[in-house]
Amino acid sequence: MTPNMSADEIKALVLEKLLQVAPDIEPAQLDTATPIRDQYDFDSMDFLHFAIALGQQCQLEIPEHDYRELQSVDGAVDYLVKHSNGNAAAK
Amino acid sequence: MSEFRLPSLGADMDDATLREWFVKPGDTVKNGDIVAAVETNKGIIDIEIFEGGTIEQIMVQPDEKVPVGAVLALYRTEHESEVKRLTPEPATHPFNKERASQPERTPEPESTSAEAPLRKRISPAARKRARELGIDPDTLSGTGPDGAVTLDDVLAGAGPAAPVTKPATQPELSRAGMRQVIAAAMARSKREIPHYYLSTTIDMTPALDWLEARNTQRPLPERMVYAALLLKAVAMAVKKIPEMNGYFADGQVQLDTDVHIGVAISLRTGGLVVPALHNVTKKSLDQLMPDFFDLVDRARSGHLRASELQDGTITVTSLGEQGVETVFPIIYPPQIAIVGFGSLVDRVIPVAGKPAVRRVINASLAADHRVSDGHRGGLFLAEINRLLQEPESL
Repeated sequence: MTPNMSADEIKALVLEKLLQVAPDIEPAQLDTATPIRDQYDFDSMDFLHFAIALGQQCQLEIPEHDYRELQSVDGAVDYLVKHSNGNAAAK
Repeated sequence: MSEFRLPSLGADMDDATLREWFVKPGDTVKNGDIVAAVETNKGIIDIEIFEGGTIEQIMVQPDEKVPVGAVLALYRTEHESEVKRLTPEPATHPFNKERASQPERTPEPESTSAEAPLRKRISPAARKRARELGIDPDTLSGTGPDGAVTLDDVLAGAGPAAPVTKPATQPELSRAGMRQVIAAAMARSKREIPHYYLSTTIDMTPALDWLEARNTQRPLPERMVYAALLLKAVAMAVKKIPEMNGYFADGQVQLDTDVHIGVAISLRTGGLVVPALHNVTKKSLDQLMPDFFDLVDRARSGHLRASELQDGTITVTSLGEQGVETVFPIIYPPQIAIVGFGSLVDRVIPVAGKPAVRRVINASLAADHRVSDGHRGGLFLAEINRLLQEPESL
C-alpha cells in the first residue's frame, strides 16, 4: 500500500486479505463495523493470519495490544490509515 | 519388490480416492517422503512412505477409489529381497503405535491375510484376532455395519465366503461423509468407553503475562498463541500421569511414551478433524508454535499427512473461542483421555488471601475408567495447572 491510498482502497485491501484467510466470508453480507468473529467462524489462528497479512502488506509492525483495533474491517481500515502514513509500499 | 499400500487413517476410514502422485517410476524416495495425495472424508491427505527405495510401478491412477490396504505402487528397497513383501505402513492398529512413534519407521512383513488388495471391512481388533487364529477374514461373513467383520464374527469361526465389494470409481467428499465419520467415532466412544469427567479452574494470569512479555519482543509471525502453552502443559503432565496417554483396544491398554496430541480443529465447511501434533514433549515452544500453526493451516486447506491422522495418543479440544466456559469432551477412540479448555474469562478469585481479578480458564478431563481412576485424573489436571503457573518451565 502507498501513503496516499484512499480509505476505500485500504478497505479493499483489508477485505482482500480477510477473504484470503476466510474464503467463506460473504463480503456483501459482512457488517464492517462489527467484529468479524461475531459474524463468522473466525478464530485466533485466522486472526493471526489476517494480522500477519496486513502487517506484511503495509510493512507495519503491529504490537499485540493493538490487536483489538483490528477486530472489525472498519477498525482495521482506521488503524492502517492512522499507522501507515509514510510507510513505503510493500507492493 | 515391495508394496506401497493405502494406509488406514483411523478406524473410521474404509477407502480413499487417489488424487495425485508426487513420484513417478524411477524416482528414488526416502523414509518420510510424501509420495501421493488421497481424498478421504477428512479431506485431502498426503501419504508418506516409511522406507527408502526406488518407485517401480504405479498401480492406482488419479481419481481411482480404492480400499484401505490396496497396493498403490510397487517399489524396490535398497536391500530388496525378491520374496520379501513389505508394507510401508500396515493398517493402523493401536498396538502398532510403538512402531509408529519411532522417528525412523521400519515396515514389517504382514501376514498374507492382509495382502488381498480388496480388503473386507474388518475392525482392527477383529483383524488382529483373525491373524492370531490363522483365519482369513475374507472367508467370514460380517454382522457389523455394512457387513464389517467384527470380533464376534472372527470368534464365531469361519462362515461362507462373502463376495468382495468392488471399489466405486466416483470420488466423493461431502459434509455428510464427514458427519458419518464423526458419528461413527463418537457413537463408538459413547458405546464402549466408560467416561469419567473432572474439571478445574486454572488461573492463567501468570502464563498470559509471560506470553505477552515474550510476544512483545517478537515480530508478528513469531508470536505465540496461548493454546500452544496449553498443549505443551498437557503433554508434560502426561509424563507424570502416563495413564492418560495411549490406547485401549481389544481389552488391553497400551500406554505410549511419546506424546502426540490430537488437536481438534473445526473446518470452515463444517465438521471436525483431529490431526496429531507429533512429539510435543520433545519440542520447545519455539518449535511447537510453527508446527501448530502449520497443522491448523493444513487441516483447513488440505494436505494433512497420513501419520498425523494415525498417531494421536491424547486429544485436546478448545471451544473457548466460541465463548464456551466448560467443555464436556468425548474421548476419541481408541484413545483413553481428552482434555477440554473453555474460554478465558475474568473472575474474582482469592490471591494470597485477598480478592483479585484474574484471567482464568476451565480445564476439563474425560478419561477412560477402564484405564484410570478419578484420583489419577485429578492429579493430571492438577499437574496441568501447576505447569501453567510456571510458564517458563514449559
